[in-house]
Amino acid sequence: MIPNILSVIVFLPVVGMLIVLLLPKEKKTAIKMVSAVFTGLQVIIAWQIYVNFDTNTTSMQFVEQVKWIESFNIWYFVGIDGLSVSMVLLTALLSFIAIVASWNIDRAEKAYFALFLLLDAGMMGVFVALDFFLFYIFWEVMLLPMYFLIGIWGGPRREYAAIKFFLYTLLGSVLMLLALLVLYFNVKDPVTGGHTFNMLHMMDQANHAGILKQFNIRLLVYAALFIGFAIKVPIFPFHTWLPDAHVEAPTPISVILAGVLLKMGTYGMLRISFPILPDAMKWEPFLYGFVILAVINIVYGSLCAMAQTDLKKLVAYSSIGHMGVVLLGMAGLTSLGMNGAVLQMFNHGIVSGMLFLLVGVIYDRAHHREISGFGGLASQMPIYTGIASLAFFANLGLPGLNNFISEAFSFLGAFGSEAFNLKVYTIIGTLGIILTAGYMLWTLQRVFFGPLNPKYVNMPEVNTRELITLVPLGILVIVLGVYPNLLLNLMEVSLNNLVQTVLNAPSFLLGMQ
Amino acid sequence: MEFSHFLQINLASLPYFIPELMLVATLLALIIIDLVMKKPSSSGWLAVVALAGVLITLITVVNQYNLDSRSLFNGMLVLDHFSLFFKVLFLLAASLAILFSMASIELAGRPVGEYFTLLIALVLGMFLMAASTNLIMIYISIELVSISSFVLAAYIKRATRSSEAGLKYAIYGAFSSGLMLYGFSLLYGLTGTLDLYQLANLLSDAVAQNPLVVFLAVLFILAGFGYKIAAVPFHFWAPDVYEGAPTPMTAFFSVGPKAAGFALLIRFFVSGMSQPSLVESTVWQAIGNVNWPQLLAVISAATMTLGNLIALVQNNVKRLLAYSSIAHAGYALMGTVVLTQEGYFATLFYLVAYYLMNMGAFLVVIVFQDLIGSEKIDDYRGLGYRAPLPAVAMGLFLFSLTGLPPTVGFIGKFYLFAALIKAGEQYYWLAVVGVLNSVVSLYYYVKIMKYMFLDRPSEEKATALPVAFGMNIMLIVLMVPILLFGLYWAPLQEFTRNSIQFFTGVF
Repeated sequence: MIPNILSVIVFLPVVGMLIVLLLPKEKKTAIKMVSAVFTGLQVIIAWQIYVNFDTNTTSMQFVEQVKWIESFNIWYFVGIDGLSVSMVLLTALLSFIAIVASWNIDRAEKAYFALFLLLDAGMMGVFVALDFFLFYIFWEVMLLPMYFLIGIWGGPRREYAAIKFFLYTLLGSVLMLLALLVLYFNVKDPVTGGHTFNMLHMMDQANHAGILKQFNIRLLVYAALFIGFAIKVPIFPFHTWLPDAHVEAPTPISVILAGVLLKMGTYGMLRISFPILPDAMKWEPFLYGFVILAVINIVYGSLCAMAQTDLKKLVAYSSIGHMGVVLLGMAGLTSLGMNGAVLQMFNHGIVSGMLFLLVGVIYDRAHHREISGFGGLASQMPIYTGIASLAFFANLGLPGLNNFISEAFSFLGAFGSEAFNLKVYTIIGTLGIILTAGYMLWTLQRVFFGPLNPKYVNMPEVNTRELITLVPLGILVIVLGVYPNLLLNLMEVSLNNLVQTVLNAPSFLLGMQ
Repeated sequence: MEFSHFLQINLASLPYFIPELMLVATLLALIIIDLVMKKPSSSGWLAVVALAGVLITLITVVNQYNLDSRSLFNGMLVLDHFSLFFKVLFLLAASLAILFSMASIELAGRPVGEYFTLLIALVLGMFLMAASTNLIMIYISIELVSISSFVLAAYIKRATRSSEAGLKYAIYGAFSSGLMLYGFSLLYGLTGTLDLYQLANLLSDAVAQNPLVVFLAVLFILAGFGYKIAAVPFHFWAPDVYEGAPTPMTAFFSVGPKAAGFALLIRFFVSGMSQPSLVESTVWQAIGNVNWPQLLAVISAATMTLGNLIALVQNNVKRLLAYSSIAHAGYALMGTVVLTQEGYFATLFYLVAYYLMNMGAFLVVIVFQDLIGSEKIDDYRGLGYRAPLPAVAMGLFLFSLTGLPPTVGFIGKFYLFAALIKAGEQYYWLAVVGVLNSVVSLYYYVKIMKYMFLDRPSEEKATALPVAFGMNIMLIVLMVPILLFGLYWAPLQEFTRNSIQFFTGVF
């Protein structure tokens, strides 16, 4: 196995970026090839991680720990467990696919691919970092390339969408910065007795000291973290950046946004908020508030999706609904729900990635995305219609396809929660499934069936490059639908441990120490 | 004490005064060269001499690092690591200002003899500001800096806005130094001393008798310091002066005198208005019940909020950066309100970061001014495609000013917030104001980016612009430390931490 495998997978894109920067900007194919090779290598390394991952342990694996800034006790500390491993795989896969999907980028290619590779490194870093400071650096490093990727290569309202995205996410992350500092100064390093950014130390409630023993401070810190992550998910009412950003971003960037970036919000909650401040998470006003927001996300997201006339916007709102399912699955603190939620994070990454790619395919041909402007495409583009149907059905949760399992687990987990009574909320939430089925089928009908719009009589079929991006995702949709254990095996042990840790954590509310 | 004893102390102080003497020598050399040599050909030599003088002074300053802290000239000045830190910063800023002045076409063809002479005088004044421990000395050093600045701001003769800048600077300067002097006189009247250390000893009695008068005195004195660092509500001069002054001087004003103001402010409050806490060695307490830390906190919050909000609507990049530099004074002040070693460290660290990124941003303004003859944000449209290196550099400087990793600006802000959070819950509100301001500032910094990169140049203006080789080198020289210290800042941190050593004034 490759030594320092996590550092390699994080910094490989940075090396790729440097090479791209050194190439002259006229060598467009070389730039694209370098990007494809480096993201391809990332996929291979991700595969290595998948193969070598020990599914029987709750401890961190592939750990690397190097001191970075001595006096502030900042470490370069990376490692993965069952929670992060699926996200690492997802990031590697979607990055590669997005690079292939970027092949038709036709201006300032050098800058585009360099920024993309930087973004890739940032995303990967977030999922492997175990030092909170390091996590924050990676978290922030992503903003910059994202701004330019949307702002330079995006659609007509790209400038507005890009700055809105930037401002929203920065607002979230600066609040996170303050929370991070409060944690730093009030968590004792069990070895040295000093302050620490080490997330594993932070998760051990015995290390909490100082004002972190006051329940109101814990709530405050939790709230700050929550807003930071909620903006990324995005949770209603922090969601308004998403439709703009997703719609204006070029197709590959939409794939990354929906596929990976949204997951960072829920990942952050599971990696940081829940285990570090479990009592705040379980505090009933917060918990039920969380669940209510999750349900609003599902129902409101689905209703908005139904109302859209723009296909891309529909997919964007559908993401809001599906992330709501993830939140609901997490909230019940059952191992079924937790596994469902994290699986749903992965599955949504695959399916929403597919959907955005599919939208991109017809947008490239028709130069618009109005649902009403299409019709009867099935007769012109049978292969495309087949793949699109697969993605649509996966998105509405058809049994046998991947989303079904994860959504079912999430809802069942929340419904069966013993710690909290979430039954009513879950029942309302399941409405989302019906709504999703409604708008997906309706859209399918409007775009692919019915009379063919005469403008599109000569609409070319999906080409090889597009197939390269769509088919792997399509295969995963089916494989994970039939045999989800491929991923569940990886995450089960860690997630059950997480659930137990949070459930059994003592509450500082009751004056415990 | 007898006169001869005074003289003896003064003479004994001279060996510790070599850097300042070097500056005086440079100053005199510049005047002589300017008189002796023919006008057009002398400007290059003048710059070389000024730069050489600054660099030699830098060496002598660095040599002083192994000396013990001591009081000089009968308690007028001190030599300690704290003052040395600022002297290094001033010299680095001055050397860049000289290089910028030579590279810019704004000053080409103008006589530069007085220009460099005044610049060196200004540096000398800042040296004294960082080291003064006597109220009169403080006043004199501030005036030396101010008067040199007035002339430099108005240096471009027959340019209305330059003259306006000089005049505004002078009027506001006179007003605020008058207020400050009044504050000094109140303190003197209450305590009978001008010496900061004796003031600290006598202050608690004075506060007990006349709390209101002491508070007023502090308020008036803050007018003087606030003017120097351009803090709200003493900031009104800054935008006009920054916009009107020759751009290399704007860059210098935004960094040098501001840092000197901070040096003075910290010295005054640490040595004169507070005492080391008995509980923890790294914490100070305000003497008596004068709640000036809270006053500073309010000024800090107001400064960054106002600076940022007004910057949002600016269309001139120089003016925008002027308001942004007001906001940055507010950020840096956050470190000084908590009265801890971490806080002072954070302020100093931030000043270094700010020096790098703000000088960089102004350098790009100079480059673009020379290339397109405009500082209007509208005219920056598409410059990212016409002059990629300066535009990318600007991006880095602006993101650093916003405080995004991996830049030194982020680390600076991180330390400031860390100091606030560490100091306790009573400062959380200021930290929240600070981070929200960072978000606000993102908007106008990104506005510049938007014009440079997101907007494409119009057809007739799509040609690449030739950037001078020297400019490119300077840009790179400024970009490297911003990234480097953003990723590994331990050396800079050590250097700064060692600088939080105040002369404690034992008599």
